[in-house]
Amino acid sequence: MATKISFILNGDKISYEIKDHWTLSYLLREEMGLIGTKEGCGNGECGACTVIVDKLAVNSCLYLAIDIDDKIVETIEGLASTDGTLHPLQQSFVDNGGIQCGFCSPGMIMSSKALLDENPDADREEIKHALAGNICRCTGYIQIFESVEAAKELAVEDKGGKNG
Amino acid sequence: MDNIEVTPNQDRELSVVGKPIPKLDAAQKAMGRAEYIQDIKLPGMLYGKILYSKFANANIVKIDTSKAKALAGVHAVLTGEDVPKKMKMGFIKDNPPIKKGRVSSFRDEVAAVAAISLDIAKKALDLIEIEYEELEGIFDPEKAMEKDSPLVHEHLKSNVLKMPWNIHYGDVEKAEKESAFVVEDKFTTTWVTHCCMGTSGAIALFDAADNLTIYSNTQIPSLAQKDFLESLKAMGLENKRARVIKPIIGGGFGSKLDTYAYEHIAILLAHKCKKPVKIMFDRVEEFNATSTRQPTVIYIKQGCDKNGRLTFRDMRMVLDNGAHTSWGATTPSVMLMPISSLYKVENVKYNAKCVYTNNTYSQAMRGYGNPQATFAIESSMDILAEKAGMDRIEFRKINKNQSGDETPQGLKITSCGLEECIDAVKEELKFDNNSEKGVGTGIASLIHVGGGARIYGSDGCGAILKMDDYGKVDIFTGGTDMGQGLDNITAQIVAEELGLLAEDINVVHSDTDVCPWDVGAHASRSTFVAGNAALGAAKKVKKKIQEFASKILDVPAKDIKFKDRNVFFPGDPEKSMPIGKLLRKAHFSPNGTMLMAENFYDPDNRNMGKDLKGNMSMTYSFGAHGVKVKVDEETGKVEVLEYVAAHDVGRAINPLLLEGQVYGGVVMGLGYALTEEVVHQNGKNMNANFRDYKLFTAKDAVKIKAPVIETIDKDGPFGAKGIGEPGCVPTAPAVANAIYDAVGVRIKDLPITPEKVLAALKEKKGD
Repeated sequence: MATKISFILNGDKISYEIKDHWTLSYLLREEMGLIGTKEGCGNGECGACTVIVDKLAVNSCLYLAIDIDDKIVETIEGLASTDGTLHPLQQSFVDNGGIQCGFCSPGMIMSSKALLDENPDADREEIKHALAGNICRCTGYIQIFESVEAAKELAVEDKGGKNG
Repeated sequence: MDNIEVTPNQDRELSVVGKPIPKLDAAQKAMGRAEYIQDIKLPGMLYGKILYSKFANANIVKIDTSKAKALAGVHAVLTGEDVPKKMKMGFIKDNPPIKKGRVSSFRDEVAAVAAISLDIAKKALDLIEIEYEELEGIFDPEKAMEKDSPLVHEHLKSNVLKMPWNIHYGDVEKAEKESAFVVEDKFTTTWVTHCCMGTSGAIALFDAADNLTIYSNTQIPSLAQKDFLESLKAMGLENKRARVIKPIIGGGFGSKLDTYAYEHIAILLAHKCKKPVKIMFDRVEEFNATSTRQPTVIYIKQGCDKNGRLTFRDMRMVLDNGAHTSWGATTPSVMLMPISSLYKVENVKYNAKCVYTNNTYSQAMRGYGNPQATFAIESSMDILAEKAGMDRIEFRKINKNQSGDETPQGLKITSCGLEECIDAVKEELKFDNNSEKGVGTGIASLIHVGGGARIYGSDGCGAILKMDDYGKVDIFTGGTDMGQGLDNITAQIVAEELGLLAEDINVVHSDTDVCPWDVGAHASRSTFVAGNAALGAAKKVKKKIQEFASKILDVPAKDIKFKDRNVFFPGDPEKSMPIGKLLRKAHFSPNGTMLMAENFYDPDNRNMGKDLKGNMSMTYSFGAHGVKVKVDEETGKVEVLEYVAAHDVGRAINPLLLEGQVYGGVVMGLGYALTEEVVHQNGKNMNANFRDYKLFTAKDAVKIKAPVIETIDKDGPFGAKGIGEPGCVPTAPAVANAIYDAVGVRIKDLPITPEKVLAALKEKKGD
């Protein structure tokens, strides 16, 4: 069955006819070509597909596309400014070794963004808690935590992407 | 702290090498723009899917594919009958990509389809009807060695592979008799798997002349090309080309050191359908149908004299090879290194048997056998130290490797910072301060190849370097970046040599059509071998630039220096020019020239001889790990409180990425020590998901200090040695030793789960 849904994606108003059984990751990746959202397991176990829906970090491989109707969706593609300036989280992941193979990185960054949007002063324990559902096999997580902590400092000077 | 300070460079001031320059592709990855195999779609592309066996050991009585073939949208269905006879995988070619007549493990491929969508391909698999006749399987490698065991491959007459792993250096029997203290133990390790976040996949397509292009996230583009050419030949496609394109790789860790059924099946399907065919593993397949680190049963006996000097080491191993043969069967060649050469020991015996079972087949994984061997050796070192009444750190220092040693295997130790690593761990971890109940410390050391590893006819890597009119460099390297950072290492080395910035260097490592040969991203060899290949190419171009600049600036070529994108003659500000301008002058003059160079670097290391001796690497990396744990005696749970991983890296080309390699290696090693296990029950994987296969998560992350010891190796590029694998090598024994220190129980079977600790505590208390 097909349904027409409307939502805001990275600041843009979108109307899209979807099949009811589509997952949000399928809609983003396969239909809209937004390959920044990765799929590492398809079962909500690894967090690579994390996007933000109405300020909440969700596994887009489990989240049905039909459920984003009337909601605000943020993906990794929406973080950098239109002038190409990286979001503070993106910049700090780059600068602090938070990225190796990079497959988990978009999900890591989106989970971190959901955390810092809600709690800009998150401490190490809160960061660990927020990233508990995002698996990384390369880094041992240390430089990822350092990246998120460094982003808190950078955020002060943030000029802001579409998603602020 | 003095002993972990970076050693000052004696040659010259470095401006790019040694700097923590962020990974060159990190911004692409952070923006979600990096294209992995998952992300690539080609026009007209079909989706392939593989059907696997329902039994660990069975005859295939009948296959009916008619319903699958009749399904709308299906372009091809293949069974073992469609696979050319000579199309086989693995270094002893014992494994056809689709099996015919007989299956020997649950991951054996029995059929494959290509369809216009993934959903249709999956539906088609469900429509394939197969009648099996189940046979008794064999799942325990030691039982598989018994005379009346069922045979995995009847025509071989035995389950034991014909491999040469049998050595005796010195006289172990005599040394044992003369030893003051001897200990003997059995250790076991189980299956663990790489868990790359990006699953495996490939896209194959043919051009009109039947030349193959294959996109695959391989760590061995050149050897994969050779395998694919052999497949083409088996298909009757002689003298064709095979082009291997590597997209960005979502993690390697050794998993992509062989070619696999999905790649060869994609080739068969693409050829049959005359369309691109993509096969992508889902996570369950990734767990079930990729190859693991090989499980081992290890018997070790070692002794020392009354002064604590090691007298002999006698080790015997049984390795579960699984049903087919990949590189797992060759890991004893690397195990031999720590067995013969971790610490000074003159008399060494080692025998390893690789045994066919109906389990999954094993392959390379970070450390390539070294973690298994080092688990036994370093656990045994603590047991022996205790028996000899010696301090475990002092015991290790008495037996330490040193520069100038030649080990019984013939390994020539050039630079060696083992003692400095042990001291750094001791300094950081405060070993004697364990008064808290249930808290203990452990230490373990490592040796690993750090300057290539000649296990193939060539251990070389090629590099082609070209400069454009603007002072920018494109370097085409055979080396592979899979996230570990070879692109930075290459760029920083070239930039340093040519007085450029790292951002001026574009590193191309993705396409066999343009990149020269390399044996592969394994054995922690890329920094050393691909680094030296790039450095040699840069030196050649540098010489050409100097010669040209000499004419323009009218100064001797040898006196021309490079810095900040300029060439200059020291002491005369007039004699200076931007490199880009100089290159344009070289290009746009009568008889103009473009500056480029190629270089193939093959290290002067040796293949092992028939006696299994030979200096397999140009240099060796050393390290020592220390860990403080807390053991909950009520639950058996082990908590890692602090971790120190000190490594002799030669030189840190990029300290930021170096730390990342160490941290990532340690956490992978901690998983090996404490939580990770592919649970197989009669050959069937029982935990093919991240809920039940327990990786360390962010919540489990531990504090790690990573002191860097720089020994500036004489043969390494700017003195560097390999560091990709060492981080996960001594982790498990360091943890096991700490647990013993904490609560007095010795766990000899990995992973060290709470159940095992609790059972051992109960046994100790006599419950």
